[in-house]
Amino acid sequence: MIEQVQNPVLEIHDLTVSYDKKPVLWDVDLSIPSGKLVGIIGPNGAGKSTLIKAVMDLIPTNSGYIKLFDQSLGEVRNRISYVPQRETVDWDFPASVLDVVIMGRYGKLGLFKRPRKADKEVAMECLRKVGMEQFSKRQISQLSGGQQQRVFLARALAQQADFYFMDEPFAGVDAATEKAIITLLREMADQDKTVVVVHHDLQSASNYFDWVILLNMRLVASGPIESVFTQELLQETYGGKLTLLSDVSDLMRKEQYPHREAK
Amino acid sequence: METFFDFFSFRDPNVRYVVLGSILLTSSSAIVGSFTFLKKKALVGDAVAHAVLPGVCLAFLLHGTKNPFILIAGAFATGWLSLVLIDIIVAKSKLKEDTAIGLILSVFFGIGILLLTMIQHSGNAAQSGLDQFLFGKAASLVGQDLWAFAAVAITLIIVVAMFFKEFTIISFDENFAKSIGFPVRALELVLTTLTVLAVVVGIQAVGVVLMAAMLITPPAAARFWTDKIRTMIILAAIFGSLSGLTGAYISYIAPAMPTGPWIVVVITSIAFVSFFFAPVKGILYKLLRQRRIKNMMEEENILKLLYKLGEEKKDFYESRTISDITSKRGFDLSLLQSRMNKLRRQGYLNKLDQQWQLTQEGKDKGQRIVKLHRLWEVYLTKYLRIAPDHVHEDAETIEHILTPELESRLEKLLDYPELDPHQSKIPYR
Repeated sequence: MIEQVQNPVLEIHDLTVSYDKKPVLWDVDLSIPSGKLVGIIGPNGAGKSTLIKAVMDLIPTNSGYIKLFDQSLGEVRNRISYVPQRETVDWDFPASVLDVVIMGRYGKLGLFKRPRKADKEVAMECLRKVGMEQFSKRQISQLSGGQQQRVFLARALAQQADFYFMDEPFAGVDAATEKAIITLLREMADQDKTVVVVHHDLQSASNYFDWVILLNMRLVASGPIESVFTQELLQETYGGKLTLLSDVSDLMRKEQYPHREAK
Repeated sequence: METFFDFFSFRDPNVRYVVLGSILLTSSSAIVGSFTFLKKKALVGDAVAHAVLPGVCLAFLLHGTKNPFILIAGAFATGWLSLVLIDIIVAKSKLKEDTAIGLILSVFFGIGILLLTMIQHSGNAAQSGLDQFLFGKAASLVGQDLWAFAAVAITLIIVVAMFFKEFTIISFDENFAKSIGFPVRALELVLTTLTVLAVVVGIQAVGVVLMAAMLITPPAAARFWTDKIRTMIILAAIFGSLSGLTGAYISYIAPAMPTGPWIVVVITSIAFVSFFFAPVKGILYKLLRQRRIKNMMEEENILKLLYKLGEEKKDFYESRTISDITSKRGFDLSLLQSRMNKLRRQGYLNKLDQQWQLTQEGKDKGQRIVKLHRLWEVYLTKYLRIAPDHVHEDAETIEHILTPELESRLEKLLDYPELDPHQSKIPYR
């Protein structure tokens, strides 16, 4: 069940990604309509984070192309925001909450320009939206997991983008934060912004998303939640490991095979 | 002492140059090193430092003079080569970064020593002084050398100031920096170049063997004093300068003495002082804080106990003897006396011929602790479903922690219960 759409905001065509020659995503083909709250769902090691990293051009791809707003990433970067996993940064870094949120303005500022007063005001406004304005001067190491995630979200909001990619924004956060975040994401989708979220809790997924991408080393399904969230497709995503596929992947790494024959 | 004043009056122009030079070299290394430190690349700095030695020797062998620009170029070349090789080893082999660094460091340094020994035995008169690159010699920093090294040092500081925002973001969150389209690879390249240059100029003062300390120790010490990156870098520069100045002085009064080890001793002392005495993060501060909390808890326990005695005897203001108190709870006797005297000075207790009596304030404070204890017991049984015989120990600690704000939230949440789980009355005011 892979639903392709007209005028997609994201189009992924025949994407294959490997780590050290071992394919972790095979031939993904999908498209997403505008203004949706999209969940990327699948078991551990399914390649969920890999997919959005490939879209953000953070890792090399073996084949295929990706188009955002029908253009390449480089042409529309200002309209795209990426929120990495919370654990990928060192929260002991000497920075305040406001310092981190202001980083969301750096893309608009460009190189060698200092943040202006207007940028600070935007950053404060975004902190207010996530309910963290009273923490603006706090050293980031003193934050709880949920607060750290809110800071990352505020930084993304400060980018004022049209398309957001978020890697596990609900991992290790308290219930209040999860609710606050999902409310914000919902508001954003209502304003015709597209939000793609890597998520691994099936239970809440059915309430959160309009559109779901089911992933397990290959694309299982992509479409509106009501047609994708079926017993059968979930079974295909989570149940029955594709042992043959992962054995072939392992062999490719062992023998250091190229993924595509040289043309 | 006389030399001390000679030196620090800066009357001798030579002294002025040496001081200026060593401060510039050490502070610029500390500033660049701050980012090496934040990016957790301390060992890479060490590898580069050792790897510049063969470059210095080769440059001398090929050119035959100690022209500072030629030597800097040679040092720069092998310093860079070592970094490239480390990257290649990590990318193309199964070896991890620490192994690659260890390999490259020792191979380059070994070749460097080999070349240096060859030069020293070659009978070339111009070679004297090359060995100063091993352990540094700030006092020899005069004339053309000084201007060359100072120019590089100032360039380093200016470039870091220009790229401050960019270096900060690639140190904190590289993937995010890539995602907003910053040229992360190019920025890394600039930062690495600066690191190599910082090493190249710093070795004049400290020498290759100990150069890594000049990159890493100042920011590590500065980190203890602040949570702001700007302040941290400025402090690192100041700490670096202080050690550089001391090194220059030692090198001035004892020309036979290598400067590097002295600089390292000074900067390491600064780091130790920071480690122990810095506010908030220092060990001493943490110990004092724990002691203060322990004292506070013990004092509150005394007032709580006197309140409970009053509850039993139905008279809060009756005088009690020390043995009344110790019969209820084991206190350290010597400390008990001094703590009770402190409570007396603070106005919570009165002392009447070896007997102790609660004041109004003392009774109120004791009552509050008892109330918090019993409220917390109610909370634990009601909301956490913990058995009533297990809640006392927890409440013993929590009663001291709860702030007035949490206190009123707790009261509202539980709706002012009458009794605790052990059927004791909860005393409200």
